[in-house]
Amino acid sequence: MAYSDKVVDHYENPRNVGTLDKSSSEVGTGLVGAPECGDVMRLQIKVNPDTQIIEDAKFKTFGCGSAIASSSLATEWVKGKTVAEALAISNTEIVKELALPPVKIHCSVLAEDAIRAAIGDWKKKNNVAETESALVGASA
Amino acid sequence: MSLATEIELLESTPVHTGVQLPIYMDNHATTALDPRVLEAMLPYMTKIYGNAASRNHSFGWEAEQGVDKAREQIAKLIGATAKEIIFTSGATEGNNLAIKGVAEMYREKGNHIITQVTEHKAVLDTCKRLEKNGFKVTYLPVQADGLVSVADIEAAITPETILVTIMYANNEIGVVNPIAEIGALCHAKGVLFHTDGVQAVGKIPVNVQTDNIDLLSLSGHKIYGPKGVGALYVRRRNPRVQLNAQIDGGGHERGMRSGTLNVPGIVGLGEACELAGAEMVAETARLTQLRDYLRGRLEAKIDYTAVNGNMDHHLPGNLNMSFVYVEGESLLMGINDIAVSSGSACTSATLEPSYVLKALGLGDDVAHSSIRFGLGRFNTKEEVDYVADKLIDTVLKLRELSPLYEMVKEGIDLTKIEWTAH
Ligand SMILES: Cc1ncc(COP(=O)(O)O)c(C=O)c1O
Ligand code: FES
Repeated sequence: MAYSDKVVDHYENPRNVGTLDKSSSEVGTGLVGAPECGDVMRLQIKVNPDTQIIEDAKFKTFGCGSAIASSSLATEWVKGKTVAEALAISNTEIVKELALPPVKIHCSVLAEDAIRAAIGDWKKKNNVAETESALVGASA
Repeated sequence: MSLATEIELLESTPVHTGVQLPIYMDNHATTALDPRVLEAMLPYMTKIYGNAASRNHSFGWEAEQGVDKAREQIAKLIGATAKEIIFTSGATEGNNLAIKGVAEMYREKGNHIITQVTEHKAVLDTCKRLEKNGFKVTYLPVQADGLVSVADIEAAITPETILVTIMYANNEIGVVNPIAEIGALCHAKGVLFHTDGVQAVGKIPVNVQTDNIDLLSLSGHKIYGPKGVGALYVRRRNPRVQLNAQIDGGGHERGMRSGTLNVPGIVGLGEACELAGAEMVAETARLTQLRDYLRGRLEAKIDYTAVNGNMDHHLPGNLNMSFVYVEGESLLMGINDIAVSSGSACTSATLEPSYVLKALGLGDDVAHSSIRFGLGRFNTKEEVDYVADKLIDTVLKLRELSPLYEMVKEGIDLTKIEWTAH
């Protein structure tokens, strides 16, 4: 299988690999996928409680090169965005940026799922209702 | 630059001890043609072009001599007689001819065939085709070490059983089945015994007499011979095995396989067998050592590895290892200057893990993380070192990236997590 240069670049130099403190109230953790399916992504965000801006993001991924690249790219993209802005990232943008072939689209879906799961976890921890963050998004 | 300084420069450059990339370590898939085999074949591609079936001129006689010699060389390697060798286009054809040929010929006697789930597709799909035509096939499971149980075969034999087909050695995990025991059992029960000998012949001692084999398929391109040529051993005495031909025509090969003989290919196959026999002892020692060295180096630096398949009954050049918590495709991506095979037998679209590894009871995740190393005649110690270094680097790097590895290190039981399958 031929990989795009961008996938190879993320595979060889993955951005933001690591682990944030899961127990911190500022950190949201998303763990998606399953080992049997050959892909598990963990994406974590650290959110500034005042501004709702994602100040840091880390990932670890068990999966193919496209899955690694998708999650690496996702951490780059969410950093500096507000929670609401990050929620707007869609897998199709990832597909486009990484030039993923059709069989690899589900890897990008998984990255989108991981972003949503991380944000969901953060919201649950901080009792942020869906609507509230939508408001923040609207005013941003 | 003057010539003198150029020479000086050349001489001062250290000798290049590096390896040539990419490295080929997939010798179960196919092997390179041995230059000595090529040399034996060349005259038959140019000067000696006669049809081996032309009985009335020297062109035909010369070609036939080449074929006769090859028949002897092949027979000698497996303890057969020259008359028992039928040339084919390879082992796929050999397996088809043996299994369908027996099934059709002995249909009056019974309609039951026994095989195992880890056979090559050339056997499994042939059996499936026969099932559509009214035959009953038992697909025996294998044990966790990849070997078939002789007791299971015995228990599966019924009065209707006409054929047992069990491979000599497996192409993925390299395990060598108890062929002599199976052969003895079959002969005692009056059932014909076919073995797919592709991976074993020329690598380990195979003897159709002491192993009580009635039919054996072999192939040129797995033993440093040419592609597109193979042979089927068909026993002529005790018992005399008869086959229903699958290709009709001019009645070549005692009527069992019509078609003008591929003389250069056959000569190459013969030479490949001769060389394999002559060098087997030395090659086995060398490859076993290299294989164990590779395994030792990987195990020294990588935790959570597992070797698949029984290592006491094993092909010298085979090593099948799982590197759990890293995913197979990403692993292959990291070692893309090395040709090996992964447990994801897929062309990536399906991501179906290998049915052989699954038959051992491995989970999909473990199967996906497995690599088959196939060491062969032309692999060097330097290449093995390169492969080991590269694999260690890549696995460690991917483990750094792996959430599963981190969780296991923290003592989390992965089976207790509710995964979101998608
Ligand atoms: C065990 C086994 N049987 C049969 C075959 C098919 O042989 P051939 O390529 O000669 O048709 C192979 C090789 O792919 C094999 O490994
Ligand atoms: S994660 Fe499944 S193929 Fe990429």
